[in-house]
Amino acid sequence: MFKKFSPSTDIAGHTPVKTSVQRSIRAGVLSQWKIEPETLEAIWPKKEGLVHVKCREHISIYTVHGEPLIFQHFDGPFYPTLRLLHKYPYILPTVKVDRGAIRFLLAGAHMMCPGLTSAGGYLPPADAALPAGTPVAIHAEGKEHAVGVGITKLSTEEMRSINKGVGVETATYLGDDLWALQTL
Amino acid sequence: MAKKGKAPAPEPAPAQAADPDAPPPPEPVAPLSVVYCAVCTYPPEYCEFGASLTRCKEWLKEEHPDLFDKYYSEEALQTKVGTLSLEAQTKLEKDMAKKEVKAEAKAEAALKKKMASQIIIKRIERTKRKHITSVFGLEAFGIDLKKAAKQFASKFATGASVSKNPQGLEEIVVSGDVSDEILEMIENEVGVLKGIPADNVELVEEKKKKSAE
Repeated sequence: MFKKFSPSTDIAGHTPVKTSVQRSIRAGVLSQWKIEPETLEAIWPKKEGLVHVKCREHISIYTVHGEPLIFQHFDGPFYPTLRLLHKYPYILPTVKVDRGAIRFLLAGAHMMCPGLTSAGGYLPPADAALPAGTPVAIHAEGKEHAVGVGITKLSTEEMRSINKGVGVETATYLGDDLWALQTL
Repeated sequence: MAKKGKAPAPEPAPAQAADPDAPPPPEPVAPLSVVYCAVCTYPPEYCEFGASLTRCKEWLKEEHPDLFDKYYSEEALQTKVGTLSLEAQTKLEKDMAKKEVKAEAKAEAALKKKMASQIIIKRIERTKRKHITSVFGLEAFGIDLKKAAKQFASKFATGASVSKNPQGLEEIVVSGDVSDEILEMIENEVGVLKGIPADNVELVEEKKKKSAE
């Protein structure tokens, strides 16, 4: 999503968000992420207006004080930016890829099932299975911090059984242009 | 609520006073502070996948020796290899070394290009005695054009704006003939105009052609 992204050409405009819309975004974030209202309040105080940065291809980035926090594609789920995820790693469910996949991930590739199901990878156990279309934090074998944010294309159980093709689609990853963009 | 009258006012007050005592758990969870590498901006554990591992290592050794030991000690290197076969590992290392050399060459070329790029200060005639000045090429030196335009505007007390020229590139247009002053400002590195070698600046004059009328 953000492999090639330059603020001068890809951003259509900044607009402050209406409070009613902000309320719905806040509710959406609280229901989609595993985050306490108090923590969200600390990240994004109610008093501070959210700024909607409209980008090409229906991507919206929401910033507080110029710092991108949340992004969204069209009407899809909310994703935290990777920097936010590093600060609060528990807000998204985790999947892990093996070591061999890291360099492909850092080049922007989607994560294939075998990388998630192999010995170095990790998928949530069957009783905590994730359906398709869930935002996930992509961690890497032997690493402490998340390396990307993605969305599941198959449910985790399907990934185990099919074990072929794209399992998690990468939305943003370490070193992409959204990562380089510290303030907007 | 309290504005309505005196009677309801005392009631919410104790409730509010009681609130901070009653719920101790709803406290915001403190964010983790993550160390980022100053060279490649990744968390240091991912430096090995970046294009500047040698410099990252040096930086980490200097700034965070404890982390350096954690990530680059013999033990860590042993466990890191983990599930990968030896063959794949050596191949990966080779690739990384190649990538690093490539990235360095690229950075050098970019710097060279930056140093070679020209800034053109153009004096354009409008009517007989009136001129505007256009400054082109400042962005190659990492200068924010909007800020620079603002600075020109306040310095010369004239209009200054960022506009696109016919080639679709951005330039600063200042009204009035201030080409010499701008040259001086660049030489003295006033305000945001920093890091420009004076040799790269060129003064050009553009006269109105009679045939254009």
